[in-house]
Order: sequence, then structure tokens, then C-alpha cells
Amino acid sequence: MFYSPTPLHIPDGFLNLMVSLVCWVITALTLGAAISRTNKSLGERQIPLMGVMAAFIFAAQMINFPVAGGTSGHLLGGALASIVLGPWAGMLVMTAVIAVQALLFQDGGLLVMGANILNMGLVTAAIGYGLYRSVGNGSKTVRLGAAGVAAWLSVMAAALLTSLQLWLSGTSQLGIVIPAMLGVHALIGLGEALITVFALGFILQTRPDLLGEGSESAKAGRGWIYAGGLISLVVVFLSPLASADPDGLERVAEDLGFLGAGQSAPYQIIPDYTLPFLGETAFSTILAGVVGVIIVGLVILLVGRGMKAKS
Amino acid sequence: MHFDAFDRYHDHDSFIHRLDPRVKVVVTVVFIVSNALLPDGAWFAFGFAWLFLLLCNLLSKLGYAYTLKRSIIALPFAFIAITVLFSIPGNPLSTFHFLMWDFTITDAGLLRFVSILIRSWLSVQMAILLVAVTRFPDLIHAFEHLRVPAILTTIIAFLYRYLFVLTDEVFRLLRARESRSAAAAGSRSGGGVLWRAKVAGNMAGQLFLRSYERSDRIYNAMLARGYIGHLYTLNPHEMKSKDYYATAFAIAVIFLMQLIGRF
Repeated sequence: MFYSPTPLHIPDGFLNLMVSLVCWVITALTLGAAISRTNKSLGERQIPLMGVMAAFIFAAQMINFPVAGGTSGHLLGGALASIVLGPWAGMLVMTAVIAVQALLFQDGGLLVMGANILNMGLVTAAIGYGLYRSVGNGSKTVRLGAAGVAAWLSVMAAALLTSLQLWLSGTSQLGIVIPAMLGVHALIGLGEALITVFALGFILQTRPDLLGEGSESAKAGRGWIYAGGLISLVVVFLSPLASADPDGLERVAEDLGFLGAGQSAPYQIIPDYTLPFLGETAFSTILAGVVGVIIVGLVILLVGRGMKAKS
Repeated sequence: MHFDAFDRYHDHDSFIHRLDPRVKVVVTVVFIVSNALLPDGAWFAFGFAWLFLLLCNLLSKLGYAYTLKRSIIALPFAFIAITVLFSIPGNPLSTFHFLMWDFTITDAGLLRFVSILIRSWLSVQMAILLVAVTRFPDLIHAFEHLRVPAILTTIIAFLYRYLFVLTDEVFRLLRARESRSAAAAGSRSGGGVLWRAKVAGNMAGQLFLRSYERSDRIYNAMLARGYIGHLYTLNPHEMKSKDYYATAFAIAVIFLMQLIGRF
């Protein structure tokens, strides 16, 4: 089978009960909103469509392309799903995909499924749709560029959230898990961005009506742009901060009482360090992060332009 | 590809197979929650949980090691937890040198690491057993009875129904890519990474359009057969007395497990 699990599907046992339950509550509330919205706006025709689209995302995750040294790029699909189906429908589709992966393939646990859906389905859909729509009805190149940045950021957001949950559960050390996860997923995200951009380019060329004015994908409101933008900003600022100064983040979490609540396990919380929260290094790495995002955006823009020139 | 290519169901006529799917879902979830609740180093409780798993394996006539053999799947994730070996303060057990760092494994860290692995390993085995003794459509109906919103269960039902169709489609696309990527021996075929990404992206786009158009045909076919907006089953499930007894027994055992783990 071409099915390749990613380090984003958390199995049972790696998150503690508290973190799992909090994630389930957030996921359930968001899904509740998604269900009531889709029930209102979708006709009965859309139900088989969403079901087949869920199968599509699942199957599309099997499409890969060789990168180098035996590794390959492939799709997670959250951004793509929300861009072509709209944010609420995209979330439901991703939820179905993650649920079946957990149930049938044991790729991801059941108690932690709330966290997995939150990381890979809800946040990716919000970022994907919000950033893609933020450029409005710009030129094809701009829209594809936005989709590429959105796809990359959505994977980074999922990796960041996964790391934070693992840390709050006392499973991983923040200073190691964040740089490791973000580093790996910066590359995985590039694969995601490229496939998303080229897939969207293909769809825009053959069935532009599916993504144009009045389509399902164009219906949702402006709120998504703010939501997607806000989550992206948090990712852009928090990831470099957390990689450069995990102790600072740990201190903040401890001060706010997150850490004590999260790590109910009976062991001693790592003692305070007296590091300044926002040191020079943290600030400079935030800048580096922003610059990185801009560079990725430019690269993808150029790719999009090259593709347009050829076609 | 056959319609049940993805199903992990193993047909047997056993006590567990005959139980109502709701019972199996509830017991599985309670068992996994119980594992998460057990404190680190509750070895007796972990052992007890494993005996319970063994009993379930035997009662479902799959052989006592059925889930054990398939539980390797959860192992690759273990490296994520490996940092707790070194990060939790405690008595040092052993120190080793790697590149430019010294790593010290502490007893508290080892305790936590092993506990996380055991919890994960017990939970994944129960989940494996659940899909081995329950047909997937029955599982979906169980979720429907357990108040999972109908729109989600319907999407999942469609996903399951069409997954093998679209997987066939993916295999066709992959086969086509392979057959046009011929190259002379010793030389590379195709372009750079970007070009390859473009091919893969176009395949995903192609798959999307084929799926989209297929969903239209599916809807029309369903409409012609009397679809009214939701799915229904011809064999509704019914909880019998043995289902209630089995649930009560399993919950009692899991409760006992918690008591053993706490005292």
C-alpha cells in the first residue's frame, strides 16, 4: 500500500487525558459550528459530494513524487480541501479522513482523535481558506501563490500544535520537539505547497467554474480571512520564538498555569530558569521566520508564474 | 480492487463478533481512557489490562497473539517521546556521549518513557481488535446510535464506499506515470524536483476532477433509487441482554484495573 503515515498522527498514549479532552472539546465545538453551517447551506446533493471528496483526499494522499535520497513529497490535503470545498465543508471532509485513518489503519488514536482533527483538519482548513481568500479575485498567479503559502503554513501550524500538545502532556521536551518537528515539516510543507499549487492550477485551467464567483468555494464570509490570517500570524511568531527560547515559552505557560494543568502526571516540573522572555535571539529569529515565509512565498509565486508562462 | 480491500474485518462466529457494535465501541473507548488515566509505573494494572486484552482476543477466536502481531504499527511514533528519558530530573542511570552532547538517562525519565509506550501499545491493540471483530458499516451505525452527527457518519460511509474506487483511480494514474517515465539504463528520466512535483500536482488535480464528476453521477444514481437525504439500514441493531451483561462485565474489569493501578 502506498499509504505513508506522517509524524502528525498522534497515537493513543502519547497525550495525557487532560490535553486530549481539551482538544476534543475545541474540536467538537468547531465541528458543531461546521455541521450547523453546512446543514443550512448545503443541499442533499452536497452530501455525496463531500463523501466522495473525503475519499478523494484520502486517495490523493497516496500520490507522491520522489524528492531525494528515497524521501518523497505527498499531500496532507487540509488546505486543498478547504480551498475547493469551502472552509466548513473542508473541515468535515478532513474530519472524516482522519477518523477513518484512525479507525481502519490505527494511524492516530481514538482518545487523541480530537487533537489530530484539530491539528490536521480544522487549523489547516482555516489557514488554507483564509489566506487563499485574502487575495480575493486577484490574478491566477497571486491566487496560486497565496494557496502555496497557505499550504506550507498549514503544515507548519499542524506541526507546531502537535509539538505543543506533546509538550503539555509531558511526552516531549519543548526545546527538542519544536525544532525537530518544525524542521522536518518545513520540508514536508514544501511538498504540500507544490502539490496544492499544481493541483489548483490544473483545476483552474480545466474547470475554472468550480473555483470562480458563486462556487461553493467562494461563498464563505470575510471572517475566514481574519481567522486564517490570525492563526498564520501566531504560527509565524510562535514557532521561531519557541525554537529559539523554549524556556521562555515554558515559563509563560507555567505562569499562566497551563503547564500544571496539562501535566497532571506525578513528576516534578522542570525548575524555573531565569531567562529573559523576549531576548535578542528570540526577536531576531521571529524576523528570520517572517523573512523565511516571504522567501517561500516568492519562490512559489515565481513557480506559479513559470507555470503560467508555459501553459 | 475489491470493495473490502481496506476492511480489517476477520469473519468468525464468536461471542465478541456477535456482540452489538455499540458495546464494542464503548468498551474500546473506556479501555483507552482508562489507559490514559493509569499513573506512570502502574505495572500490575498494565499487566491486568494486557490480560483483559488477551481474554478479548481469545473470546473473538482470533488467536491470543492476533493484536500483538499487528501492534507494531504504533512503534515509529515512540521516538517522539524519547526526550523524556533525559529531561525528567531523577537519579542518573547511565550516561552516554553523542556528537557533542552528554545524555543522562534518569530513572524517572525511563519510568515515564516505558509507561507511555505501554499505554500506547495497549490502546492500539484494543483499536486493532475493534475493527477486526466489527464490520466497518456496522461500526458506522454504532457511531450513529451513539449520537455522532448524521452528516459526519454519512460522509464517512461514503468515504468508505468510494475509497477503493478512487484508490483504483490513483493506481491507474500512478501506473500511467510509471509507464511514460521510461528511461535508458543508467540515465535518469524526467526533470527536476519541481517538474516531478508538477506531475504529482496535476495528478491530484486530475483525480479531483474525476472524483467531482463521479460524485455527480453517484448522486443522480442515488436519486433514481429513491435517495431522500440520509442513509438507512436494513438490519437495525438491537441491544440484547447479553450485550448489557458484556458491557457491565467489561466496565467492572476496567474499574478494577483502575483500583489496582491506584493502590
